[in-house]
Amino acid sequence: MSVETGAIVERFETSLAELDVAVTRTRPTAFESTLEEVVREPAVGTPLPFESISLPAWVDVRPTPATLESAATGVTAASFGIADYGSVVLPSTPEGAEQVSLFSELHVPVLRERDLVADVPTAIDRLGPRLRDGESAIVATGPSATADMGALVRGAHGPEAVHVILLEDGEVSDGE
Amino acid sequence: MSEAREEKAASIRHLLETEGDAVAENTQGFNQGRYESVAELEEYEALKDEARAIKEDAIERLPELIDELTETVEANGGTVYLADDAADANRYVREVAAEKEADCLVKSKSMTSEELEVNEALEADGVEVIETDLGEWVLQVAEEAPSHLIAPAIHKSREEIARLFNAQFDPDEPLETAEELTTFAREWLGEHIRDADVGMTGANFITADSGTIVLVTSEGNARKTAVVPDTHVAVAGVEKIVPSVEDVAPFVELIGRSGTGQDITSYVSFLTPPVESPVVDFDEPDVPFDERDDDREFHLVLIDNGRLAMREDEHLRETLYCIRCSACANSCANFQSVGGHAFGGETYTGGIATGWEAGVYGYDSAAEFNDLCTGCSRCVNQCPVKIDIPWINTVVRDRLNREGDDGQFEFVYDELVPDEEPGGVDLQKRLFGNFETLAKLGSATAPLSNWLATLGPVRRGLERVVGVDAGRPLPSFERETLRDWFERRGGHAASRERAAEPRAGRGGHAASKERGDREVVLYPDVYTNYVDVARGKAAVRVLEALGVDVHVPAVPESGRAPLSQGMVATADERASGVYAALAEHLDAGRDVVVIEPSDLAMLHREYERFLPDASYERLRENSYEALEYVYGLLENGADPDALRTGDEEIAYHSHCQQRTLGLAPYTRSVLEHCGYDVVESDVECCGMAGSFGYKSEYYELSMDVGERLADQFTAPETKDRVVVATGTSCGDQLDDLLRRDSRHPLEVLDPATPAY
Ligand code: SF4
Repeated sequence: MSVETGAIVERFETSLAELDVAVTRTRPTAFESTLEEVVREPAVGTPLPFESISLPAWVDVRPTPATLESAATGVTAASFGIADYGSVVLPSTPEGAEQVSLFSELHVPVLRERDLVADVPTAIDRLGPRLRDGESAIVATGPSATADMGALVRGAHGPEAVHVILLEDGEVSDGE
Repeated sequence: MSEAREEKAASIRHLLETEGDAVAENTQGFNQGRYESVAELEEYEALKDEARAIKEDAIERLPELIDELTETVEANGGTVYLADDAADANRYVREVAAEKEADCLVKSKSMTSEELEVNEALEADGVEVIETDLGEWVLQVAEEAPSHLIAPAIHKSREEIARLFNAQFDPDEPLETAEELTTFAREWLGEHIRDADVGMTGANFITADSGTIVLVTSEGNARKTAVVPDTHVAVAGVEKIVPSVEDVAPFVELIGRSGTGQDITSYVSFLTPPVESPVVDFDEPDVPFDERDDDREFHLVLIDNGRLAMREDEHLRETLYCIRCSACANSCANFQSVGGHAFGGETYTGGIATGWEAGVYGYDSAAEFNDLCTGCSRCVNQCPVKIDIPWINTVVRDRLNREGDDGQFEFVYDELVPDEEPGGVDLQKRLFGNFETLAKLGSATAPLSNWLATLGPVRRGLERVVGVDAGRPLPSFERETLRDWFERRGGHAASRERAAEPRAGRGGHAASKERGDREVVLYPDVYTNYVDVARGKAAVRVLEALGVDVHVPAVPESGRAPLSQGMVATADERASGVYAALAEHLDAGRDVVVIEPSDLAMLHREYERFLPDASYERLRENSYEALEYVYGLLENGADPDALRTGDEEIAYHSHCQQRTLGLAPYTRSVLEHCGYDVVESDVECCGMAGSFGYKSEYYELSMDVGERLADQFTAPETKDRVVVATGTSCGDQLDDLLRRDSRHPLEVLDPATPAY
C-alpha cells in the first residue's frame, strides 16, 4: 500500500467513525469469514464485480420483491468511496443493487481500497462519464435518517445501519 | 392601532404562542450546525463563488440548456414537457396518471409540487396521493402547509405529532417516542409505496449533459419513490438545470451544510432515468429482479410558471440561483421566532420567499410577509449562492409601495417628507423613511418635542395613524446637535490642536508625519447628530486622544432609513448627496469614520447599486467603522493609555450589519487591548432592526426576538456586566429589555467618561 493510499484509507475510516458507521478492513482471502461476522441473516445481495471474491451461497444474489422485503441485510458493491465524507458511491444495476442497498435494516457495501478517492470533486469527475452513458448512482453517506419526528432517528425509509467492508488491495487483480 | 395592524399583530401573536417554541428550537439548531459545519470546510468561500458562477451561467444560458436537456432526456428514452404554468403542468401530470390508470401516486418532498398544488389536482381525478417524506406526511395528515423549505413540519413538536397520529390512526399501543413514530410512518408509507402506480419526485439539480435528476435527501423515500413503481414523474422549475454533471460538485458540499448543518446528506441520488434498476412489482413477488424485462417510463415536467419572466427582471433574476437550502431562514432572527407560516407566502418561506412569491404568484402574495425582512443582512453571508436577499426584499417593497394609492394626508405629508417617492407609500413607511426630517424638527423643538412625545394622547394618535407602538419609548432629541457642539468648541481648528498634544507626546512633529498625520471626517449620522449625541462626542475625543484631528461636516442621511422602507429612489438620491458632501474630504486624503454600522453598510454594500463604480470603490476603501479605525490606529503605534482603560467586565452585543461586514472582532479586540473583560452575545439580531421594533404590528415579535438576547445578558455570568452595544437600535432594545443602560464602545473608551 502506498503512503498516499494509506492516508486516504485513514481519512475514510476517520470520516466513517465520525458518522458512527462501522468499517472492517479485510484481505480478499478472509472476505467470506468477515462477511459472516458482519451480516445478519437472511441476507440478499447483488453480484460483486471484483475478480478474486464473490458472495457466498448463503447470500441470496437473485432477490425477488418478497425476499428483498424479508431480508435483514443487503450486500452490494460500491464503485468508489469518498474519503473526505465517508461516502460510498453505489451504482444502480439491472440486478437491483439500488433496492438491495436500500430496503434492509443493514446495508453492507463492499469497497476496494484502490477505489477510494479523496474528495467530492474527484468523485463527481468520475461519475460524469458514467452518467452521460445513462448510468445512475447514489452517493450514500451513513444510514438513512430523519429528524422529522421531533428527534434524530436512524433508519427512516432506508437502512438503519451501514457496515462497510473495505477490501485491502494486496494482490487482487483488477476485475474490470 | 388600525384594524389591519391589529389583525397582523394578532396573527403573529398566535403563531408566537403556538409554533414559536418548536420553530425556534429547530431553526437555531440548524443555524448553529451550519456555522460549525462550514467552519470545517476550508474552501467554503471558494465553493460559494463557484456555485454562484455556475448558477449565473446556467440562468444566462437557460433557453439553450432547456433544449439540450430535452434532447438528452428524449435520447435516454424519457419525455420532457415544458409547462407554462401550474394548470398546464397539472394537466400533463393528470394525463400521465390517467394513461397509467393510476390509483395511487407516491411523492417525495418537492416544494415545486406544492407550488403546483398537484396533489389537489390529482385527487380531484380520484388518484390517491401520498407524501412519503415523513415531515410532509405529517402535514398531509394534519392538513397543514409547510413552514420551512426543507423541514416542512418544523413547527410541530414530537408531542403534537404523537397526538395527531394516535387520534388519526388509533394504533394498538399509543405512539410516543420519535423512534416509534418513525417506525409507524415507515411501515404505513412502505405499504403505499409498494402499491403505488406512479412515483413523483422533484429535483434539486438536473444536468443538461446527461439528463440526470439529482436528489438530495436523507430518509431514502425519494429513492424508493423513483425506483419502486414503473413510472417516474419528476417536476422541477426550469432554474434547476445546470450544464453538466461536474457542475453539481460544489453544491454537493454546500447544500447539506447550508441547510441542516450536516456535512452531506445521507443520500445524493444521481438518477439518469429511465433507470436500469428493476421495478419492484409486488404483484409478482417471486420473480427475481434479474429475470425482469421492465419497460420503465419517465416524464420530466419542467415548470416555467413565472420563472422565465423573472429571468428577464434585473432584480428578481437572482432568485433563480436559489437552491432552497433554507440557510436564509435559519439565520433570520424573525424567522426563528415565527417560522414560515408568518414569514412566507403561498408556498415559499423565509427571506428569499419574497422573490419566489413575487415571481410565481405576484406581488400581493409577497406583500403579506415582506415587511418581516428587516434588512439586517445576517442571511447574506450564509447563502451558498451569494444572493443579496435583503436587496430582493427591498426592491419588492419598493414595487409594492408604488402600487399602493391611498393618498391619505398627502397634503400635509408631502411638506413634511421631502422624499422621491410616489403618493402610494404608506404613512408608517414614510414616517420612518424620512427620519432625518423628523429628527431635525425634533431637535429644533426639543425639549418640547420630547415632552410632547411622552403624552398619552400623542402616543395613541401616533399608534392609530402611523402605527408607532405606544409601548416603545421614542427617541429623545437633543437640542444641541453633535455638529453644533463640535462648532461651539472650535470646529476643526480646535480639534487639530487637541490632536497635536498626544502626537507631540509621542515624539513631536516627526512622529506624526511618519504616521501620515491622519485627518478624519466623522460621519454625523442622524442618530448620532440628533439623538445619541454622547457617542458622537466620545468619538471625537477618542480620535483626538489618539492623535487624529476630526472634521464633522454636514452630510445627508445615508439612505438607510428610506431604503429600509423600500423607498429606493430616495435612498439613491441620498447616496449621491453623501458622496457629494464627502468628495472634497476624500480628495484631501481624509478617512471617513462611521459610528452607526447600518450606515456604514450602506456605504459598503448598497452604494454599489447607487453610485458609479469609481465613486463607490473610493468611498468604500476610505470609510471605516469607528472601532475598526481605532484598532488600526493602535496597531500603528497609537498609545492605548491615552484612552479610558480599565478592567470592567463587559457584555457586548455587536450589530447585525457590523457582523455581516466582518467588523465585530475589532471592537472586541480594542476593548480587550484596553484591559476590559468581554463576553459577546451570539444571537443573530437584537430584534429592533432600526424602525421594525417601533411598528405596532411587529412590537411583540421584536420583543420575542429580543428576549433571546436578554436571556444571554441576564445569565449569572453576564447579569452584572456593563452592557455595551454598537448599534443605536440595539442599544434602545437592550435598554427596554434589561432596564440597564447600554453604552457604545466609544463611550467606554472615551477618556472623559468616569468609572462606571
Ligand atoms: S436564498 Fe440562498 S440561503 Fe436562502 S434558501 Fe435560497 S440558496 Fe438558501
